[in-house]
Amino acid sequence: MDAFLLQILNGLDKGSAYALIALGLTLIFGTLGVVNFAHGALFMIGAFCAVTLQRLLNLSFETIDPSQKDFLGNPLKVKTPYIESWFGPDLGGAIIDWSVPLAILFAIPIMIAIGFVMERGLIKHFYKRPHADQILVTFGLAIVLQEVVKYFYGANPIQTPAPDALNGIANLGAIIGMDIVYPVWRIVYFCFSVLIIAAIFAFLQFTTFGMVVRAGMADRETVGLLGINIDRRFTIMFGIAAAVAGLAGVMYTPINPPNYHMGMDFLVLSFVVVVVGGMGSLPGAVLAGFLLGVLESFASTTWATTTLPGINQIIIYVVAIVVLLTRPRGLMGLKGVMED
Amino acid sequence: MSKSEVSRRRVLKSGAAGTAGLALPTIFTASSAAAFTNEPTGGTVTLGFNVPQTGPYADEGADELRAYQLAVEHLNGGGDGGMLNTFSSKVLQGNGILGKKIEFVTGDTQTKSDAARASAKSMIEKDGAVMITGGSSSGVAIAVQGLCQEAGVIFMAGLTHSNDTTGKDKKANGFRHFFNGYMSGAALAPVLKNLYGTDRTAYHLTADYTWGWTQEESIAAATESLGWQTTNKVRTPLAATDFSSYIAPVLNSGADVLVLNHYGGNMVNSLTNAVQFGLRDKVVNGKNFEIVVPLYSRLMAKGAGANVKGIHGSTNWHWTLQDEGSKAFVRSFGTKYGFPPSQAAHTVYCQTLLYADAVARAGSFNPCAVVEALEGYEFDGLGNGPTLYRAEDHQCFKDVLVVRGKENPTSEFDLLEVVEVTPAAQVSYAPDHPMFAGGDLGACNSGA
Repeated sequence: MDAFLLQILNGLDKGSAYALIALGLTLIFGTLGVVNFAHGALFMIGAFCAVTLQRLLNLSFETIDPSQKDFLGNPLKVKTPYIESWFGPDLGGAIIDWSVPLAILFAIPIMIAIGFVMERGLIKHFYKRPHADQILVTFGLAIVLQEVVKYFYGANPIQTPAPDALNGIANLGAIIGMDIVYPVWRIVYFCFSVLIIAAIFAFLQFTTFGMVVRAGMADRETVGLLGINIDRRFTIMFGIAAAVAGLAGVMYTPINPPNYHMGMDFLVLSFVVVVVGGMGSLPGAVLAGFLLGVLESFASTTWATTTLPGINQIIIYVVAIVVLLTRPRGLMGLKGVMED
Repeated sequence: MSKSEVSRRRVLKSGAAGTAGLALPTIFTASSAAAFTNEPTGGTVTLGFNVPQTGPYADEGADELRAYQLAVEHLNGGGDGGMLNTFSSKVLQGNGILGKKIEFVTGDTQTKSDAARASAKSMIEKDGAVMITGGSSSGVAIAVQGLCQEAGVIFMAGLTHSNDTTGKDKKANGFRHFFNGYMSGAALAPVLKNLYGTDRTAYHLTADYTWGWTQEESIAAATESLGWQTTNKVRTPLAATDFSSYIAPVLNSGADVLVLNHYGGNMVNSLTNAVQFGLRDKVVNGKNFEIVVPLYSRLMAKGAGANVKGIHGSTNWHWTLQDEGSKAFVRSFGTKYGFPPSQAAHTVYCQTLLYADAVARAGSFNPCAVVEALEGYEFDGLGNGPTLYRAEDHQCFKDVLVVRGKENPTSEFDLLEVVEVTPAAQVSYAPDHPMFAGGDLGACNSGA
């Protein structure tokens, strides 16, 4: 029972990342009709925003300590972060320690700006082109972005730890008399994802801006005929979708150290999530994200892999095939939506 | 009307023969004009450095490339000479190889077997490389080794740790300086026994490819010989990034040791996940839960950060070693590049020197002469103590290091500390050991 609940938690945790990325993908596809294969790269850039802030906060000045030697036998250069010299070791150390949560504030404007530049500078020229062209150009863009990141940050993963206070494990089973321990940061990640998803839905549901966007998703032409500049709003939605992917990346860094390739690792899975959830369906993307996360988690258990070897690697695609055969529009896709 | 001597049938036959001849790879035809593949004829000789310049092991590839460049510089008489000064063989004079200045070409393996073979083939056919070396993966090493055997050039393997490279997939033209999975198990077992006792239950998470399988087999055999039990061996996809689903079952498995047969990004992520789930702080069967990472790399340890503290593993070489060879290499490399070399850099530097030395001793670039010079060759001064290139399988036998993640690093390079230097005799095995069975070196191929 403990193991069962642990896998549920793991699945929800994985699903959080899938849902956030798929939500952004669906927003872009639903509003602009663009199949954005660079969306995984936005997740990766978000993660590297956290790495960048960590490095900025660790910018240091060097002092020579003649009592210690470096690896070549020269006097050791001791590095002290500027922030510790400005605010003192306690406060300065705490700011560095909390670099990942602080990176949320750092990443939001950067990701929105990247989203705007991407949309206005490149993707808008492909609105009227076939989906195959859109896929090619965005996939190419993703490769360029990851190579740029690799050039500056290297290919190896970079540790970006959570704050010490959120780095331990929590005994979730203590209340019900079970032994279920789970990493605190993963719980934080799940709660954060739920919060972001709720905020996006609330924004679309309860604001005038959101209402116009939803109307534009349903019938772009008619909204345009009413004199509303729907293109501008859709560009803003692209920026918001980029920010959502970026935030998912920022908060993911303590779970697995980021590397330049992490976007590609999530991209294909996220597309499957979008298809299973139903193209253009925001609730579908979220539901499918969590559902596939849980299924993938259970498929990786020893019982599953010994019963059906290799099931852990194909489960998501098996589910996608079954769903597409039985519900071709996906779990929550509606007739007439995103269908020419 | 005279009958034409050139019939349609003959034209077709000639055309077909000519086309077939043109279609034959030059790799198999060049030898007709030379004594062996890519025989150097001018004042230079070209070596092919085939390393991952893109992909997940690009940082290791970059470090290998630095070491190759350093080795070429030293062999051509530049720099401070590095380990040429400490190498037991004194035939290399700093004037290239056999008086020919060394030039090199590079290829990108991308850590993919097909890409690695393609780049090696290109360096042999187009650039005239007489020797191919490099790689950061056993899958790549085995694939390129096979190609070099067919092409008639020497392959000096880089970072490859699978038993199969010099086991069932060994080739006469291939040589490995790096240690292997069996040696890791043999070196680690006594240390693990002293630290954790003989009553332990291990759980293996293993990367699902040749290297992972042979390391799992080696470590399980070594620990079971101590009296440990192996409760489970779980294969994880090479492409896996989040190992939480694989770590969670460990918590309730009854195991008190987790063995991570992972390397590179897999190792960084699985170790990070294991520590996140509190395994280091867990007590099982009345004993502290322990994690073992049998193959360590400083570059990977850097990625795993503080998670490596106190965790044991093995390594081929470490920059803190205090023998004269290691000190000379660290000084050369550190002065040129500003940081200490990795074990990948060390092994490829040694391989380049060993190849050059073998050619010089043989007096020929002919691959078969080089094979003969390297087989059974004993040397010293390259940072691993007295070493033997065994004739039967072309595997180097030397000391193996057991290392531990350092509790209080003093710099970003100071991540591992050597806890034991396991003598070569303790990690040696018979050429027909079951873990290495099934292969055949075959005869050397010079391409002639």
